[in-house]
Amino acid sequence: MSDAMQEIRASFFVECEELLESLQDGLQAMQDGATDTETVNIVFRAVHSIKGGAGAFGLDQLVMFAHSFETVMDELRAGRITADDNLLALFFQCGDLLLDLVRAARDDTELSEDQLAPVLKQLGEAVDLEPEDEEVDPAEFTPMALSLDLPGLDDMADLAEVGPPATPRYHIRFSPQHDLYTSGNEPLFLLRALRDFGQAQITCVVGDVPLIDKYDQAQNLLTWNIELESDVGEDMIREVFDFVDGLCKLSIEPMPQTGTDVLAPTLPDLDPPSAEDALPPLDTAPVDPAEPDPPAPEAETTEPAPPSKPASATTESGKSGGNSTAPKPTVRVDLERIDRLVNLVGELVINQSMLSQSVALSGLSGNSQIAAGLDEFQQLTRDIQDSVMMIRAQPVKSLFQRMARIVRESASDVGKTVRLRTEGESTEIDKTVIERLADPLTHMIRNAVDHGLESTEKRLEAGKPAEGRVNLTASHRSGRVVIEVSDDGGGINRPKVKSIAEEKGLIPPDQTMSDSDIDNLLFMPGFSTASEISNLSGRGVGMDVVKNAISSLGGRITIVSDPGKGTTFSISLPLTLAVLDGMVVRVGTETLVVPLSAISETLSLRAGDSRTLGPNTQVVPVRDSFVPLIDLGTELGYIAPRESYEGAIVLLISQENGDRAAMVVDAIEDQRQVVIKGLQDSYGHVPGVAAATILGDGQIALILDPIDLLTNASGRSRTETAPSAEPETAEVHP
Amino acid sequence: MSLEILAVDDSRTMRDMLRLTLADAGMTTHLAEDGEHGLEVLSGITPDAIITDINMPRMDGFGFINAVRAQEGYRNVPILVLTTESSADLKTRAREAGATGWIVKPFDPEKLVRALHMVAG
Repeated sequence: MSDAMQEIRASFFVECEELLESLQDGLQAMQDGATDTETVNIVFRAVHSIKGGAGAFGLDQLVMFAHSFETVMDELRAGRITADDNLLALFFQCGDLLLDLVRAARDDTELSEDQLAPVLKQLGEAVDLEPEDEEVDPAEFTPMALSLDLPGLDDMADLAEVGPPATPRYHIRFSPQHDLYTSGNEPLFLLRALRDFGQAQITCVVGDVPLIDKYDQAQNLLTWNIELESDVGEDMIREVFDFVDGLCKLSIEPMPQTGTDVLAPTLPDLDPPSAEDALPPLDTAPVDPAEPDPPAPEAETTEPAPPSKPASATTESGKSGGNSTAPKPTVRVDLERIDRLVNLVGELVINQSMLSQSVALSGLSGNSQIAAGLDEFQQLTRDIQDSVMMIRAQPVKSLFQRMARIVRESASDVGKTVRLRTEGESTEIDKTVIERLADPLTHMIRNAVDHGLESTEKRLEAGKPAEGRVNLTASHRSGRVVIEVSDDGGGINRPKVKSIAEEKGLIPPDQTMSDSDIDNLLFMPGFSTASEISNLSGRGVGMDVVKNAISSLGGRITIVSDPGKGTTFSISLPLTLAVLDGMVVRVGTETLVVPLSAISETLSLRAGDSRTLGPNTQVVPVRDSFVPLIDLGTELGYIAPRESYEGAIVLLISQENGDRAAMVVDAIEDQRQVVIKGLQDSYGHVPGVAAATILGDGQIALILDPIDLLTNASGRSRTETAPSAEPETAEVHP
Repeated sequence: MSLEILAVDDSRTMRDMLRLTLADAGMTTHLAEDGEHGLEVLSGITPDAIITDINMPRMDGFGFINAVRAQEGYRNVPILVLTTESSADLKTRAREAGATGWIVKPFDPEKLVRALHMVAG
């Protein structure tokens, strides 16, 4: 495959994902009650386009399946079948399979017959048809050899000469009717195409044409006789007349291989052309079909393409989020280029803040022209930064559509009826965040269906509708994106959660805990509420992994549960991974940045607040519990352990397992957005350090990964019986 | 003589393939995403032939052909319908709509080029 074709192939798979998205939208709209033609058409077109492209790349399995799907959609479009719940369920299943097929094709594999057979069977039953594959005829794709070594017009003089005896000869009689001209066909081009096949002698019979004043253009007057000597085969010759089939009188007959009697007409009704009324050969003949005037009034009164306009308006006002069918003009750009732009803008932001700082230090008045210009510059820089970030942003819609499938599959696995409602699909987040959100969200959705919702019997007992509800919403809240997964199930069974945690030794028995503390036990490693292993649990993934994944995106996850009414998980995420809200702190002589999302509060220690638990372990009281104290300076090897922590500044860090730690710093200097500069490329992973940034004064500051830092540190402080006196500094400091 | 072609298809992949095929054949190509867009593009050019898909949003191929044929300058412009449907019914409908010929997707590039030469010279 040529490079250009490879590129088109890659772009085809991207287009497929988009088409599948509109297919899901269409199906969702149909499930929500839309019955208009345009909605059905959207689904049809998506399948149709996938089939068309797949055919071009020889993706036979995809073509075959899309064709079966399309056949049923076509029946629906024609109103011969109706979209009841069963059919819609089948369509959703087909949409899912189509996605799998597209992905498989992209990876140069195919799905097993077993995966397709049941669905194909159902599709066949839906239209009462045997699966057929008339259009998948491989012959369609077989390129035909075409000799391009053709005689030009100048060779016409040689036409009387006889070709090699083996070359088949045909006598073709071609008599166009008036409709042929109005259809946009042109006999001249057809004759040229024939001539290109080999040696041709073409004569036009003009004997019947009256004088111009008697000329009736609707009449069929001209006839061509062609003697063609060519080995392209009769099929190729017929192909030339494919478009005019029915618009002309045509006969194609093989001629005997005499090799001499070239001009002998074989048709009885054909007058032998005399020298006078045969037009000269093509190159000099103005074979102008006299521009027949098509029936203008007819053309103008022909109904314009009927239903598409009003129908699409219905869709636009429909629920699918103002999803206009009109193509939005877009430009596809290599992601690398955008990342480079993001980086450059990052530099610009840093540069601008350095400039601001030096202007401030130079003692210029705030009213000076420079200061005013700088303000404007700052505003522009921020606008540019926002705009650039928006380029990387994508609506969460594609992610949500994947979740729709998870809900369908999970529900059918556990035998529940579940409806997914989505809201805020157009909310945009950074592309990377969306990609990394898929796994945790999948797990949460599975949990909601498997554990969150009660069985149908229990729901009915509780007076709820049999159909369970899972809601998935996204929205922007104060500079962050909040994604919520909620169900209308029984809520968290707190006594059960607590007893399981006790059984597993995660908490001491009979500990007094608030409701929210109990809810948060779900995030502890090794916790699982499934008392019986269903298909969905037992995957070895707990909510602790979800929480980890969310934290690694700079996000937080919280639970609100209402017994009997349901549970809501909220994920709050930064809009982008390129900038971060950080707290700038000083430790010893170093300036560091701690992600704001990790800090739950800051404290200033009073005398006697810190208590010694062992040779290396200090704790501080935070409300009703004790939290281990980590001295960041010692931990990173910047300073020696201090004598007293009186007056020390402490950042309270929450870990994903619910543990907390108090991180001692020397001073809090600022709270600001910083541009993240990855260290991975240059240094690989540095324990406890997430990245670096450049501050306004040009200073490089490390951005800490407090969770990583504390997991390592607290691990050591728990094994305080180890003989080493100061193990903390060994690992982190290079 | 280099042919100037207007190709209308809502599938990006198809447009890419058309552009590639026609460029390889030395033809000048203009692309449009649906019938309405096709009419817009048409207002600025004088193509030797038009290729159009049938199933498209906003304005489908039939509507597009009708609209093209209703314009004085385009009553006889060759129009090829490009579609995966190859039924005889479609040929009838295409012809009723005023198409000159049809090409079944996935198209054989050589066949498409031959067909264009057959209708447009």
